[in-house]
Amino acid sequence: MSEHEVKKLEEIFEARIARDEKIEPKDWMPEKYRKTHIRQMSQHAHSEIVGMLPEGNWITRAPSLRRKAALLAKVQDEAGHGLYLYSACETLGVSRDELFEQLHSGKAKYSSIFNYPTVTWADMGAIGWLVDGAAIINQVPLCNTSFGPYARAMVRVCKEESFHQRQGYEIMLTLCKGSEEQKEMAQDALNRWWWPSLMMLGPTDAESVHTEQSMKWKLKRKSNDELRQQFIDQTVPQADILGLTIPDPDLKWNEETGHYDFGEIDWDEFWQVVKGHGPCNKERMKARVDAWENGAWVRDAAMAHAEKKQKNLKEAI
Amino acid sequence: MKKNWPLWEIFVRSKNGLEHRHFGSLHASDAEMALENARDVYTRRNEGVSIWVVESKNITASNPDDNGELFEPAQDKVYRHPTFYELPDDVKHM
Repeated sequence: MSEHEVKKLEEIFEARIARDEKIEPKDWMPEKYRKTHIRQMSQHAHSEIVGMLPEGNWITRAPSLRRKAALLAKVQDEAGHGLYLYSACETLGVSRDELFEQLHSGKAKYSSIFNYPTVTWADMGAIGWLVDGAAIINQVPLCNTSFGPYARAMVRVCKEESFHQRQGYEIMLTLCKGSEEQKEMAQDALNRWWWPSLMMLGPTDAESVHTEQSMKWKLKRKSNDELRQQFIDQTVPQADILGLTIPDPDLKWNEETGHYDFGEIDWDEFWQVVKGHGPCNKERMKARVDAWENGAWVRDAAMAHAEKKQKNLKEAI
Repeated sequence: MKKNWPLWEIFVRSKNGLEHRHFGSLHASDAEMALENARDVYTRRNEGVSIWVVESKNITASNPDDNGELFEPAQDKVYRHPTFYELPDDVKHM
């Protein structure tokens, strides 16, 4: 195809998206659209899968059967969400194995928040409340994104995710109504998860390289800074109800803007974690790689069994 | 020698009276495992009463490049729709 022809196809393509038409896997698309979607959807899938690890840490030590059943269901949902997203990603012609390989080799990223440790039970509350809260803010606009399989997966994910945040907030509420020590535990969890949760919404607009293109393709509807402000505005009153203090001395309601002003985010810490130097990066990747490698014989055995059954069936006929 | 689990397309009937609808896909070594996995991946919240699994390679799909010749001929056949026919208002039950 000549350069001129490609340019013309691109114009038709961009016009379709501008008209809110959906793009389906077999439709013609610019190579950059395909690559960007593989990158974003796979990062999203990886985040769901790695995101199970910090919470898996507490399943066997949940304080009651009710809490254990809920946490188990939440972690199972995350596995499901990872699978929806991997399948959506595969419609663009990349294999599941390639995607895993990219994760395990460190070529693909996942959300940096999962590189922080979960040291107390209150962390299960803070993660559900803050991390899932931030994730929902990020994800809801994606239900209308231009790539059909991604949008459909996100509709399902968003529907299932609201229980995640509520169960987390309920954990925090129970701790805050408990003993002095329990309330302290909740405050400590908020202190540790607050800033990483703000970072989760991505670098500031000035630093964000993909924003303009992503807005055009409806991979993004609001900028990182707008989403962060929305998260802060809706979370501060929730902290007030818990009777907890947001660990930011500069946090203040601004009558004029109708938003909360907040303190400087430590972006050095963010980039350190992204680059692999967070508290748990190595541990998380080791857990993933071990699970994949130790499960290899099971996958091979299942495949061999399926092939043998097929063969026996054919011979019987 | 390493073989990847094939891809399966999952169709779920959400309740009796409705058709099976495409829900998504997943990998499994055989049909039985595809059914079991589909139950866990796609029906954790009473989304279905029946599941079909079809190995993806068995689906033949039309090519969007052919959409013109496949679907455009229907566009100028307005006479296939009831509103094409003009009748006086006092004709009832039609």
